[in-house]
Amino acid sequence: MKYLDEYRNPEIARQLLDKIRETVTKPWVIMEICGGQTNSIIKNGIDQLLPKEIELVHGPGCPVCVTPLEMIDQAISIAQRQNVIFTSFGDMLRVPGTEKDLLQVKSEGGDIRMVYSPLEALKMARENPDKEVVFFAIGFETTAPGNAMALFQAAREGLNNFSEVVSHVLVPPAMQALLSSPDNRVQAYLAAGHVCTVMGYNEYFPIAEKYKVPITPTGFEPVDILQGILSVVKQLEKGEYTVDNQYARAVSADGNPAAQKIINEVYEICDRKWRGIGEIPRSGMCIKEKYAAYDASKKFNVSHIKAEEPQECISGLILQGLKKPPECPVFGKSCTPEHPLGATMVSGEGACAAYYRYQRFADALKK
Amino acid sequence: MSIDIINSFSCPLPKMDYNTIQLAHGAGGRLSAELIDKIFLPCFGNETLNLLEDQASLEISNNRIAFTTDSFVVNPVFFPGGNIGELAINGTVNDICMSGAEAKYLSVAFILEEGLNIEELHTIVISMKNAIDKAGIQIVTGDTKVVNKGACDKLFINTSGIGVIKEDIHLSAANLQPGDKILLSGTIADHGMAVMTVREGLSFRSKILSDTAALNGLVKDMLSVSKNIRAMRDPTRGGLATTLNELAKSSKVGIHIFQKTIPVREEVNSACEILGIDPLYVANEGKLIAIVPAKAADKILDKMKKNEFGKNACIIGEVTKEHASMVIMENELGVDRVIDVPTGEQLPRIC
Repeated sequence: MKYLDEYRNPEIARQLLDKIRETVTKPWVIMEICGGQTNSIIKNGIDQLLPKEIELVHGPGCPVCVTPLEMIDQAISIAQRQNVIFTSFGDMLRVPGTEKDLLQVKSEGGDIRMVYSPLEALKMARENPDKEVVFFAIGFETTAPGNAMALFQAAREGLNNFSEVVSHVLVPPAMQALLSSPDNRVQAYLAAGHVCTVMGYNEYFPIAEKYKVPITPTGFEPVDILQGILSVVKQLEKGEYTVDNQYARAVSADGNPAAQKIINEVYEICDRKWRGIGEIPRSGMCIKEKYAAYDASKKFNVSHIKAEEPQECISGLILQGLKKPPECPVFGKSCTPEHPLGATMVSGEGACAAYYRYQRFADALKK
Repeated sequence: MSIDIINSFSCPLPKMDYNTIQLAHGAGGRLSAELIDKIFLPCFGNETLNLLEDQASLEISNNRIAFTTDSFVVNPVFFPGGNIGELAINGTVNDICMSGAEAKYLSVAFILEEGLNIEELHTIVISMKNAIDKAGIQIVTGDTKVVNKGACDKLFINTSGIGVIKEDIHLSAANLQPGDKILLSGTIADHGMAVMTVREGLSFRSKILSDTAALNGLVKDMLSVSKNIRAMRDPTRGGLATTLNELAKSSKVGIHIFQKTIPVREEVNSACEILGIDPLYVANEGKLIAIVPAKAADKILDKMKKNEFGKNACIIGEVTKEHASMVIMENELGVDRVIDVPTGEQLPRIC
């Protein structure tokens, strides 16, 4: 597959590993932001191939994982109503709310449909004028343009039976929040490649400067990730810190202006709770007043629903890179992909789920 | 059923993960296994059923008979490369012949939804006729029921079938021996991805076609060069990964496969990448896995390659003494990982 196979080339990967080994002299803690990168690292065993000096910690970049519990409860409240077709990305359906997940609502008779694009939900709204079609608009900057576009088109067509539950989050404020934490261990970031394709990487220069951390926008294949690691390790070893774009085949400094325009048309920045982390100021996006008629939280009057997270789940510490999944006492025991206690166990992008799938048997393999 | 009869069952209601049936109970993963282990086997279990093969091997008046049943509920009923009718024929033929049996007769039961277009039904029936002709078998009994609109999705089809197992053929998932080779008859994940590309909400244009095919001819060819095949399975629901896990557990051996040897069509691989789906867990409807003694492997492989349904056949790994009951895959970077049984259906990821 063009643009993929060459980035999975084992020979190039081995050469990069050699270069990383030659470069590194001291221990470094590097965080990959995106859950897609976490998944690739664990699946391909990159963490096992790196020299012991390099510790990868897994960041908060799993949109499903950080969607706050109360937004899931709000979504469930809407999805249980008569006359509603509730649409969502697939991996959101299994995320546990306080009492149940959306798939259980479906088994109880709720009309819940999985879509790959919000525009499919829009199509359902056109085809079912007597139903309320609601889309669960979650994600980072990556999914925001499509979600904004669906809402914009609905407004333009006057499709009054379409609305969105919006729980969008922004990456840079979370990166800053982690670096500001007194417990912070992160010394460099592999920035999330897909987010950067939309937003560019100009906004990272002030962060690199202020916190003196190298930031490298990085792709998702083994060669991408190893190039990203090599880039930050070189900087760390020299005491340098800048933004070095590894993912140049998809990312430019300014990102995608058309995508940014549609986001800014429909959404505005707001404070946002992150599951497991708590509220981060100005780290989310909400629907602008101009489009309030398409805001499902208002339309179905669910904004008052609040929820507290279960105590036993340490996903907050995992999303901040302070703990690894196997350090959690309930990992693989009372918390499994069948019965996740926290969202990091649900999504394929979640660090706990990745460890459960790919590393649960690591000890067996060593024997 | 009267209360007395209910009380006469000795099996108490087992503790289950869920109180109601979820779609994942039918996805062939861990929840399906729980349903079988806790609900069905305690009540129905016997020495034949307990083997959990895809078909029962029965001895009736000194003849060995393979007997199997399967229900087909695919949505949508027409998909690129086939429809529910062909699937219902080919699926049951394959379940019969994976025991090494020669498939002979099928039953067909239709559950039709009120309002189903007769022309659609006719199209499906014609493709079933073509499928039985191609497989060289007959439908010898059947049934039709019609249910209220909304009580099923257009139509469901159940097929059962029987075949005859020759005396010198003894295939079983429990037969695997360390050192055996694992043969795969062709590319994986074609069927599951073909269906997914036309599902409501996920549709996108692609050239992916279902691989639905009856494999009885291929099996016959393979058995003609070696009677010592240990086991055969068609990796349908749950995909290659699930089937290999079942084999490893049945024989209490390890299975070691190599990622680079597993063929996946480029367009299928692309669709999997886009949706975040692992092709190892995606359904196939015209592929088989055969576990064979190492010294017979090349001979069987050569024969497979000459059959239209085995052109892309290859050796993907071997059976090991280590890692009993586990499937290990070595990736292209040389790192091993465990290929586990999936929880339920894979859900396309958000981005």
